[in-house]
Amino acid sequence: MPTTATDSESSTKRTAPTRADFIRVEQFSFFYGEKQALSKIDLAIPEHQVTALIGPSGCGKSTLLRNLNRMNDLIEGVRHEGDIRIGGTSLYDPAVEVISLRKRVGMVFQKYNPFAKSIYENVVFSLRVAGRSKRAELDECVERSLRAAALWEEVKDRLHESAFGLSGGQQQRLCIARAIANQPEILLMDEPCAALDPTATLKIEELITSLKQRYTIVIVTHNMEQAARCSDRTAFLYMGTLVEHADTMKIFSNPSEARTEEYITGRFS
Amino acid sequence: MDAPHHIGAGPFATTGRSRQGEPWVWLTAAGLTLGVLMALGLFVLILVKGAASFWPRSVERIEIRQDSATTVIAGIITQENERRATDGTLHQQIQIFRGNRDLSGEAFVYLDRKDITATTRPESMLVLERLEYGPAIVEAVALETGGTRVAAEDPAFANELERLLDEGRRLRKQLLRVERRDIGAVSRELEELDRAQRGGTVATQEAAPRRVALEARFEKLRAEALRIRSQLSAATFVGVTADDRELRMATGDLLDVFAPNQAGWTGRLGETLRRVWKFLVENPREANTEGGVFPAIFGTVVMTLVMSLFVTPFGVIAAIYLREYARQGLLVRIVRVCVNNLAGVPSIVFGVFGLAFFVYFVGGFVDRSLYADRLPTPTFGTPGILWASLTLALLTLPVLIVATEEALGAVPRGVREAALACGASKWQMIQRVVLPASLPGILTGIILAMARGAGEVAPLMLVGVVKLAPSLPVDTIAPFIHPERKFMHLGFHIYDLGFQSPDAEAAKPMVFATALLLILVVVILNLAAILIRNRIRKRFATSSF
Repeated sequence: MPTTATDSESSTKRTAPTRADFIRVEQFSFFYGEKQALSKIDLAIPEHQVTALIGPSGCGKSTLLRNLNRMNDLIEGVRHEGDIRIGGTSLYDPAVEVISLRKRVGMVFQKYNPFAKSIYENVVFSLRVAGRSKRAELDECVERSLRAAALWEEVKDRLHESAFGLSGGQQQRLCIARAIANQPEILLMDEPCAALDPTATLKIEELITSLKQRYTIVIVTHNMEQAARCSDRTAFLYMGTLVEHADTMKIFSNPSEARTEEYITGRFS
Repeated sequence: MDAPHHIGAGPFATTGRSRQGEPWVWLTAAGLTLGVLMALGLFVLILVKGAASFWPRSVERIEIRQDSATTVIAGIITQENERRATDGTLHQQIQIFRGNRDLSGEAFVYLDRKDITATTRPESMLVLERLEYGPAIVEAVALETGGTRVAAEDPAFANELERLLDEGRRLRKQLLRVERRDIGAVSRELEELDRAQRGGTVATQEAAPRRVALEARFEKLRAEALRIRSQLSAATFVGVTADDRELRMATGDLLDVFAPNQAGWTGRLGETLRRVWKFLVENPREANTEGGVFPAIFGTVVMTLVMSLFVTPFGVIAAIYLREYARQGLLVRIVRVCVNNLAGVPSIVFGVFGLAFFVYFVGGFVDRSLYADRLPTPTFGTPGILWASLTLALLTLPVLIVATEEALGAVPRGVREAALACGASKWQMIQRVVLPASLPGILTGIILAMARGAGEVAPLMLVGVVKLAPSLPVDTIAPFIHPERKFMHLGFHIYDLGFQSPDAEAAKPMVFATALLLILVVVILNLAAILIRNRIRKRFATSSF
C-alpha cells in the first residue's frame, strides 16, 4: 500500500479505532418539489473504507451523495425527512454551519471542473477561502495534496500555469488534490471517472485505494468492475430505496436480493 | 423521410428534396454581404474625404472672360459638377476656394467652365494660414519691419520670413502664457479675496493692501501683454492677390506659409503630415472652422473613461445581485425587462433626465452645501463633464448589466459547486471563482458600453458639451481635475461644424476629418479594452473542451 502520510499529527488522529457507523443515514427521505427522490434510507458508512453507491440512472445515488455535504441545499424547492449524522453530529442541526461541514467533507465531481486559475491556486483554494495565506503553509499543502493525488511529479515544474493546460485525467486528479487540500475527513466522489479514458480511470482507481488510508470515501459509480475493484462496501439503490448494503465481496458473489443480482449481472440497468 | 437513407437500401439522393434542409443560404449570405459593404462604404467614404482634406492641392491662376471683361482669380478647385440651367443648356460648373475672405467677402466662387480662357499654376502662389479670416492666397511682395523693406525678389526674403514666423510662434506662446495663465491666476486670487471678504473670513482693512498689490500685478501683466501684442504687429507682410489687390498683414497673425505649386510629392506629403499633426494638437480658431480639435479629442476620451469608471462598478454589482442573489421570481423578471427596455429609451430622454436630476438636483444640492459662498454663480449646478459622464453611465448601464448577467450565467454550475464544496461561502465563490471566470464577458460589456457612450451626442448637449470650452477639464491649475467644467466633444464638434458654422463650405472638409477622428478614437478605446480582455483570456486559456 502506498502511504503518503507524513505529518505525525494527523497519523495519530487516524490511529483511533475505525468507527463502523461514522456516517449514519437514518430514515432519510428527500424531495425535489413534489418528486420524491429518496425514501427512508438507512445506511451506515464505516470510517476509512471505500463505500460504493451503485444503481441504475435516477435511482437516487447521486442525490444521496450530494446530501452528505448538503450540496442539494442549493436547489430551490427541496426538502428532506429523517437525518444524516457524521461522527454523531446531525448535518441538519441548526448549530452546524454548512461551510464548516463542507470543510470536513471534500467532493469530486463527475465532470472535472478546475477553476480558471493556476494549478497552485486551484489546490490552495480551500485554504484561501478559510483565510489561511501563509506562504510556507500553502507551499506545503500544494506539494502534499498533489503527491497524494499522484500528480506532483507531472506538474511540479508548472505549478503557476493555467489548470486548463492539463489533460482530462490530470485535471480530475487536480480536482481530487483540491478536494483533499484542507484535509477533510470524508471524500465524496460522484462518478469521478465518467469523463475519463481507461488509462486515466485506472490511475484514479489506484488513487482511491491509496487515499482510503486517510479518508472515508463514498463513491458513486456506474461501472460495476470499478465498484468491485476499489470498494470495500457496496450499497445498491433502486428507485429511491436502499435495496442491499453489504461487503463488496458479498454483493458481487452472493447478493441476498434478486434485484441486486439482476442489476450487477446486467439484466437491467 | 422521402429518400432512402440507409446504406444498401438504394442509391443516395443527390438532388432535390434532401437539399431542402438548407433553404436560401444565398439569401443569408447576401444579407451579410450587404451589411459588410455598407459598413465598408461608410468607412471608405469618411476615410477618403477626411484624409483628402489635409492634402495640399495646387493653386490655379484662372483667367475668365465674362461679358467682354477679363478678370483673374487664383484658388484651389474644390468641386466640379454639371448643372442644367433654366434654359436647358448644360453647364460645367466648378467651385474654387480663393480664400482672402477679408478682401472679397466670400471664400468660395463658382465659375462656368466655358468662361475660362486660361489656367496656369504659377510657382510664386502662396497659401497663407492666418489667425483670422481663414487662408489667404497671394503672391509675396515684401516684408516691412520698421523702416526696412525686404522685397520678395531679394535672396534674403525666405530667411527673413522664416525668422519672423518663428518669432511669431514664440511671441504667441508667450502671450498665451501671460493672458491665460498669469492674468487668470491674478483674477482668480482677486475673486477668492472678494468671496473671503463677503464671507467675513478676511477683514476689510486686511484685504485692502492685498487687493492693491494684486491690482498692481494685474496692471503689470496687462502692460506685458500689450508689449507682446505690439511686437507681434511690428513687421508687416505685403502680398498681392491674383486680381492685383494688395494684402497687408502683421507677421504675428501669420501662422504658416506654404507654396503648393513649388512642392513636389514628398513636400506635399510632409505638409499633409504637418497639417494632420496640427489638427490633432491645436486649439480650434475662428468658430471652430480653422485650427485643430485637441480639446474635443481630450474631452471625448476623458468623458468616455470617466463614464466607464462609473458604469463598471454599478453595472457589475447590479448584475451580480440580479443573477446570483435575487430570488428568481416575477419581480426579478419585471426588473430585467425594465433594464432591457432602458436600453431602448431615446438617448435625449437620458439627457433631459441628467439635466433635471444630476445638474439641477444633485448639482444644486452640492452648490448649496459646499459652494454656498459662490452662489448665485453655480459651480456644480451647471452642466459639466462630471454630469455628462454620469448621464452616459446611466445610458450605457443596461448594456453592461445584460452583458455581465450573461457572462455570470455562462460560468458552469460544476465550477460553482466545486467552489462551495471547498468550503467557500457564496460571496467567496462569486468573488474568487465566478467573477474571474466571467471577466472577459464583463469586459466585452464594457467595450460595448464605451462604444455606445463615445458616439452619443444628443444627451451631451443638455448636460455639459459646448461649442468652445475655454479650458480643459484637466490642467495645471489646482486642484488639477475640474469635474464641473464644460467640455468639447468630437461628436458635437461634427454637428457644430456641419450645421452651425458661418461658412458651411469651408467647414466641410473639417466635418469629414473630425468624423474620421471620432471613429478612430472609438476604435482606439475599444482596441485598448480588447487587448486587455485578450490578455486576461490568455492567462486562463479556456477549458480543453
